[in-house]
Amino acid sequence: MIGNDRLAVRKTYKLYVNGAFPRSESGRTYEVTDAKGHFLANISRASRKDARDAVVAARAAFPKWSGATAYNRGQVLYRVAEVMEGRHVQFCEEVAAGEGLSSSKARAAVDAAIDRWVWYAGWTDKLASVLGGANPVAGPYFDFSLPEPTGVVAVLAPQQSSLLGLVSVLAPVLATGCTAVVVTSEERPIPAVTLGEVLATSDVPGGVVNLLTGAAEELGPWLAEHADVDAIDLTGAPTGRAMEFEREAAGTIKRVVRPPATEPDWTADPGLSRMTPFLETKTVWHPMGV
Amino acid sequence: MTTPARPTPVFEYAPAPESRSIVDIAPSYGLFVDGEFVDGTGEPFKTVNPATEEVLTEVSTASEADVDRAVRAARRAFEKVWGPMRPADRGKYLFRIARLLQERAREFAVLESLDNGKPIRESRDVDVPLAAAHFFYHAGWADKLEHAGLGPAPKPLGVAGQVIPWNFPLLMLAWKVAPALATGNTVVLKPAETTPLTALLFAEVCRQADLPAGVVNIVTGAGDTGRAVVEHGDVDKVAFTGSTDVGRSIARAVAGTRKKLTLELGGKAANIVFDDAPVDQAVEGIVQGIFFNQGHVCCAGSRLLVQESIHDEVIASLQRRIGTLRVGDPLDKNTDIGAINSAEQLARIRELSDIGEAEGAQRWQPACELPARGYWFPPTVFTDVSPAHRIARDEVFGPVLSVLTFRTPDEAVAKANNSTYGLSAGIWSEKGSRILKIADQLRAGVVWANTFNKFDPTSPFGGYKQSGYGREGGRHGLAAYLKGADQ
Repeated sequence: MIGNDRLAVRKTYKLYVNGAFPRSESGRTYEVTDAKGHFLANISRASRKDARDAVVAARAAFPKWSGATAYNRGQVLYRVAEVMEGRHVQFCEEVAAGEGLSSSKARAAVDAAIDRWVWYAGWTDKLASVLGGANPVAGPYFDFSLPEPTGVVAVLAPQQSSLLGLVSVLAPVLATGCTAVVVTSEERPIPAVTLGEVLATSDVPGGVVNLLTGAAEELGPWLAEHADVDAIDLTGAPTGRAMEFEREAAGTIKRVVRPPATEPDWTADPGLSRMTPFLETKTVWHPMGV
Repeated sequence: MTTPARPTPVFEYAPAPESRSIVDIAPSYGLFVDGEFVDGTGEPFKTVNPATEEVLTEVSTASEADVDRAVRAARRAFEKVWGPMRPADRGKYLFRIARLLQERAREFAVLESLDNGKPIRESRDVDVPLAAAHFFYHAGWADKLEHAGLGPAPKPLGVAGQVIPWNFPLLMLAWKVAPALATGNTVVLKPAETTPLTALLFAEVCRQADLPAGVVNIVTGAGDTGRAVVEHGDVDKVAFTGSTDVGRSIARAVAGTRKKLTLELGGKAANIVFDDAPVDQAVEGIVQGIFFNQGHVCCAGSRLLVQESIHDEVIASLQRRIGTLRVGDPLDKNTDIGAINSAEQLARIRELSDIGEAEGAQRWQPACELPARGYWFPPTVFTDVSPAHRIARDEVFGPVLSVLTFRTPDEAVAKANNSTYGLSAGIWSEKGSRILKIADQLRAGVVWANTFNKFDPTSPFGGYKQSGYGREGGRHGLAAYLKGADQ
């Protein structure tokens, strides 16, 4: 790609918050290496303040994103997959380096990630039909139930699968109409930073997705107790900390997705299991004939 | 406080008491464990009729060891009988229970009103028929679960530990037990300590239905017994209805375990009346919303949001209507408002009402004579309430209505959603498109438009935000009791 005599322009890796790419307000960075231990980049280490800014952005973005038509949300998400496709080579290199995969395995992971994104894009305008419906109550009432997004979801992304895992936990949150604050894989954050660039150049409004690179260990407790976070996905919680985070989350009756014992096979069909935890059911009654 | 003269009633009411001779209350009750009534090893407690303070009977307290016995019985029943049973047969047991509840409906209604203090009109027409309907509805699900859209072969979780409140003792039991059994789980249920009697009568119904031993276990007692149920290591599922504070501590207690949790907690529902609403209908709905069951309803319409232009008209009409409500003997068929369930609850209602006045809201109560004995609180309306007042924020869980005003639909939605709760809401308007828009914008699990406080086993019920999570009723309610069920 780059001629031998040309000095490469290296990238500064930053957070993605409210549609912009700030450094951590704390000014902290940490070194990330490839699977063999060679230096890859200095990555921003997000702080508690960055997490709070991200929650504010996600909350502000929620009315518009949740209020968009399901068809519109589906198209916006599909557009993300289109832009991901354009970054295919870059994603493959980053996944191969970070996860230590052969190029063919990295390609398979990236393919699956983009296809997973497309799969979720197609769900936006089907959830209400599949999960909602009319309730045949014993009385002169029309009564129906519909799924609605729960609000701001904090996601501790998987630590191992840096792109497919990330997409598998983020895309369902967006498909439901929720907005997200994501703590990326700590040691393999680079595909997440690239995904942020994809999101920024697609049609996802700023603030709908906020990506914090850094330590789930450090940011998890703040997000778990934050009163303006409605749900938390603990999939990438550090070993032994999930119970504590779940306890913190109980303080505001958050919806909690507990972590699996080990990181799952992300190529498996996820079903609805990663969307329903972030959906509320609203039931509406109205009299008939009165 | 203004106390206008009671309006002259069109008709005088003669007392019309329902006979209590249909119920036969034993001098003491044990726990229902493994199909037998056994004494608990904790300190027994008394349950009183809140309308008279008469002690009804003495009830065993289940100690940790008793709860353990109940959970082991439930586990055995799950593994040996209920789990392996043909689903259609599980359904048949539930149909039997539904029918038995209908057959013994009058007995349940009287006992419920005696133990809880709610008017017989409500226990007879709402609590008991709805409880039977829940069993009948769920009975039909037992052999159709693979069609519920919850996965191809949904599996039960195992033993469900369930803790229920005192406001709808039998109905909450039905909401918990019916879906648990229909999905193939077995149950250890703790009724509230002030209202254990209909749960114990239900145990008798289980015996009459020949329900296999251990499928339903009833452990009575207070908070410690509930904690023992929730924290028991061999419970797979915890379902709780009650206060948000207790809900928080339960969520903490089950953190890090395999236990699936559903919570149905407090509420502070906005009941929004627009200026195009038919005022008489709206007033009936407001009364139904806040005074049904003495306001001991988590989804009660306790915050009235009335459009400013019709405030005075609505309040005048509301006060006129409240003046005709009859407060008194729960067993009298003409009674609209019964007794407050306990001295503790009465103290809390009094405290919050006093705070309402101290913070500057105007208290109005009709002239009404309250019985000399028992726990009573008159229907109460607070006007000039600001959104920051405690009576606009805290769940009073009593017959106390806080009135706020709004000018625009946006303001109504903003005020309605300005709550940590999100259980229910009401909308009164003649304009269909407005109703649908507002219903869409309200962050609440149940929205009643031009009606209030309606319930049905087919209709999912549950909260947003700190009103809890999970749904009860309908297809959605099954998910709470099935393994890995995609909702």
